[in-house]
Amino acid sequence: MTTEWLVRFLLGGFVISLFASAGDILRPKSFAGVFAAAPALALATLAVTISGQGWHYAATEARSMIVGAAAFVFYAWATSRLLRDGTRRASVVATLGLGLWLIAALAGWFLLTAVA
Amino acid sequence: MKISLNLAGLKRAKWYEYALRFVLGGAVTVVTGLIAHKFGPVFGGLFLAFPSIFPFGVTLIEKHETEKKRKAGYDDPATGRKAAALEARGAIAGAAGLMAFALVVWLALPGYKRVVLAAASLAWLSVSLFLWWLEKKHFLVKRTA
Repeated sequence: MTTEWLVRFLLGGFVISLFASAGDILRPKSFAGVFAAAPALALATLAVTISGQGWHYAATEARSMIVGAAAFVFYAWATSRLLRDGTRRASVVATLGLGLWLIAALAGWFLLTAVA
Repeated sequence: MKISLNLAGLKRAKWYEYALRFVLGGAVTVVTGLIAHKFGPVFGGLFLAFPSIFPFGVTLIEKHETEKKRKAGYDDPATGRKAAALEARGAIAGAAGLMAFALVVWLALPGYKRVVLAAASLAWLSVSLFLWWLEKKHFLVKRTA
């Protein structure tokens, strides 16, 4: 069990760093931004989940991930709008904006569970 | 606008920024797994699309761009913030691609277990690049001068 969490930590750290480094070297900036929303966390998690908990568990996670990703679209759009005039600090907007992601994701999740 | 590689971008980040990214990425992956473990895959799956290191990434961009301007003799924090806004705009396309990624995994399992993650990654890349290209060509947003 401990090994599984260690594998998750190392794999997650590696894959997320890899995609982030791709974003560092790509130009223009907006194109590099695509890699800021890469499926790094999902790849690291699903690779372990499919082999550990099985495909049914992974498919259920993926269905909910669609909702989480829709919330990410909203979060990235809001962050971009709030930063573009250059008056607000990126660290503050992007960090506080995570609350927006959570609210949007939870709203979507309630809808999903009501429909399913 | 042409897509290019700028390897100097790797040198701009400090070693501890790379270390922080790795630790943060690993920690978020573990926490995501713990959430699914505790509350089940329906709730836990939401967090597979958590913007894990996005805030850290845009903060670094703001910092590096501001430093670059300062070295050139300008003290203008707005430049770094606008660069971060551009990164966030690109992330909209990437996040839409994440929806395609998840959809492929959901629909392809269990039949294509061996290739599902590769196929889903390809779906992410295709959808993200297509949307990014559409936005660049002004098909999605009409800009004012």
